[in-house]
Amino acid sequence: MLEAFGLAFRLVVSFDPDLYEIIGLSLRVSLMALLCASLIGLPIGALVGFTRFPGRGIIIVFMNALMGMPPVVIGLLLYLMISRSGPLGALALLYTPTAMIIAQTLLILPIVAALTRQIIEDLHAEYDEQFRSLSVSRGFALVTLLADARYSLVTVVLAGFGRAIAEVGAVIIVGGNINHFTRVMTTAIALETSKGQLALAVALGIVLLVIALLVNVAAAVLRSAALRRAYV
Amino acid sequence: MLNSLSRRGAIAALISAMLLGVSGGSYAAGEKVIVVQSTTSTQNSGLYDYLLPKFKAATGITVRVVAVGTGQALKNAENGDGDVLIVHAKSSEEKFVADGFGLSRQNLMYNDFVVVGPSDDPTELSGSGTAVDAFTRASQGSAAFTSRGDNSGTHKKEMSIWKAAGIDPTTASGSWYRELGAGMGATLNTTALMGAYTLTDRATWISFKNKQNLGIVVQGDPSLFNQYGIIMVNPARHAHVKQELAQTFIDWMTGAEGQAAIAAYTLEGKQLFTPNAE
Amino acid sequence: MSDVQHKSALLPLKVDGLHLTLGGQSLLCGIDLMIAARGVTVIMGPNGAGKSLLLRCLHGLLVPDVGQIQWNGMAMSGRVRRCQAMVFQRPVLLRRSVLANVRFAQKAHQLVDEESALAFLEDMRLADIADRPARKLSGGEQQRLALARALATRPDILFLDEPTASLDPASTRIIEDTVGFVSQRGTKVILVTHDLNQARRLADDITFLAGGKVCEQQSAEAFFSAPQSPQADDYLMGRLPEI
Repeated sequence: MLEAFGLAFRLVVSFDPDLYEIIGLSLRVSLMALLCASLIGLPIGALVGFTRFPGRGIIIVFMNALMGMPPVVIGLLLYLMISRSGPLGALALLYTPTAMIIAQTLLILPIVAALTRQIIEDLHAEYDEQFRSLSVSRGFALVTLLADARYSLVTVVLAGFGRAIAEVGAVIIVGGNINHFTRVMTTAIALETSKGQLALAVALGIVLLVIALLVNVAAAVLRSAALRRAYV
Repeated sequence: MLNSLSRRGAIAALISAMLLGVSGGSYAAGEKVIVVQSTTSTQNSGLYDYLLPKFKAATGITVRVVAVGTGQALKNAENGDGDVLIVHAKSSEEKFVADGFGLSRQNLMYNDFVVVGPSDDPTELSGSGTAVDAFTRASQGSAAFTSRGDNSGTHKKEMSIWKAAGIDPTTASGSWYRELGAGMGATLNTTALMGAYTLTDRATWISFKNKQNLGIVVQGDPSLFNQYGIIMVNPARHAHVKQELAQTFIDWMTGAEGQAAIAAYTLEGKQLFTPNAE
Repeated sequence: MSDVQHKSALLPLKVDGLHLTLGGQSLLCGIDLMIAARGVTVIMGPNGAGKSLLLRCLHGLLVPDVGQIQWNGMAMSGRVRRCQAMVFQRPVLLRRSVLANVRFAQKAHQLVDEESALAFLEDMRLADIADRPARKLSGGEQQRLALARALATRPDILFLDEPTASLDPASTRIIEDTVGFVSQRGTKVILVTHDLNQARRLADDITFLAGGKVCEQQSAEAFFSAPQSPQADDYLMGRLPEI
């Protein structure tokens, strides 16, 4: 373990270009996936949390269940879609960062949507009577709910980011772990493990952990600033 | 006021983080690229890291290697997800070509398989003359035997030796026979932890860094010969295959330059592959 | 606040045969009411009498199973409700500043009036803390803000559901003074309270509810001197009703 920590430290301070390339791609893929999943998942979650319609209960159960979807299954399903022999094969997406972004988007979309749904629904239950009393229009109500839930939604987005950057099963299938092209932190860890380079694998894991930690520290600072002003 | 300012700040930070991330990638248009579906042993040994820069310098072609087990590599190539295939299961490769998924198959290089196990060798496999003999002993001993169990080239070789020994190890699956369903590296990690025996290709073995108490117990039997083949995915079947680039790669690999480079690649002073293209 | 006196076109209020059942329980059983166009109407009654439910029905937050609520002959509609405001027993404040809460209400009513928002806060002695987060205020401040927010929508009819329950005397005083003031200025106030002294101070007329029924409805003076129903008599004397 100590060896791994030392190695992690040396890797980071040595500014090894390969390492920074891998970190850069990890961040790029996971942040893009997060952006896509948020752009799709936040509105879906908010709408399902805000509105009542037939079949809503089934959709919620479905959304919640999808949160437990194994990454490998997502990777496989996506592979079958974008393989040259699949229905979307002509797009030539397999073994590209784009495919990895799609995979991670699909992976975290249910998390973002389901958690957003819960948060918006709870907040709506709290505000609903007051909104109706104030004759707040439905559109304005939804915007207000999203705005007032923003610090909770940051946590949702972080949960999505955490899952995206940490997953390996999906991106290794659709990305192919190609050196200098689709190799990210997690697939590099898998590769070093398979080479028996356990210390290096753990060192990469530590670097990944530190990145996740930095992102969460940033969010915690944001949230505590909000807490100080009691907007939460 | 403060609130809306900090919100704007947060959004700006998020967007700049995105841009920073996005600027890292490269999708140069018109770049000459081929995808090679390959077995893990060649990748894990570091062979490609040694060969591909030389190939790129000679031809300007970027080779993207997807390293998976031979079984999966064949399946991916069948689907057209690659231009060239480098694997080590000759009969499967010939079937692949016969079924029309690949153009002609050529020998590329070889090395051999070895049986590794705990250095104190509790089942005394090192005394066995042949691989069949060793496997027969392993089936009677107390120590476990781990199998890739993933339809890879190594797994196919292992199964062929069991067959030659007249043993069906899968009936003992879960007792002394452990099917891991894992890659070679993962299998070696597990084998080291369990103090078990397993079959591995020599290149992966030499480059593997977590040997712990494991050592080679059986080697040198002609039946442990490990031939790698190179095949172009059939462009008649998959029109997107970059036939010209793929042919350039295959010609280089099987030609004088590539063959010499394969022979020159060593790890810890040991040559990992012997070129044998015709 | 403007000094313009106005009498709402929505009054008087007439309620006929109101029944409300929630979760299989009959909670309002045949409410008949007539509420005058002016002054402060106080709804009293023991816990569980259905006072808050009645208020919610009047405000259109709950839809009765049977019965009619007519605002000067008009049924409840979006337009009718825009002329009403309500202060709840537990204020629901947005996760934003004090001032933003008032502005939110005005925006919902399409009243964009930056200066008046502050004026409403001043009336509630909240102008100094206009930039503070609303949910960090004390209970009294929160309730005053809820009242300021309600008044900022310039309602003809103001519903108050036990607005001073568990508030300190100072906040209670500000709220009572404001209720008296807006009532005099012409806003109809319908107030639920358990505080007999508060009812004596504010009420022009009293509607007494028990067991989901109206037991009596008369002027405050008459109610406190000589309640006509045994339920009101029990309530005023602090006796538990006999079952």
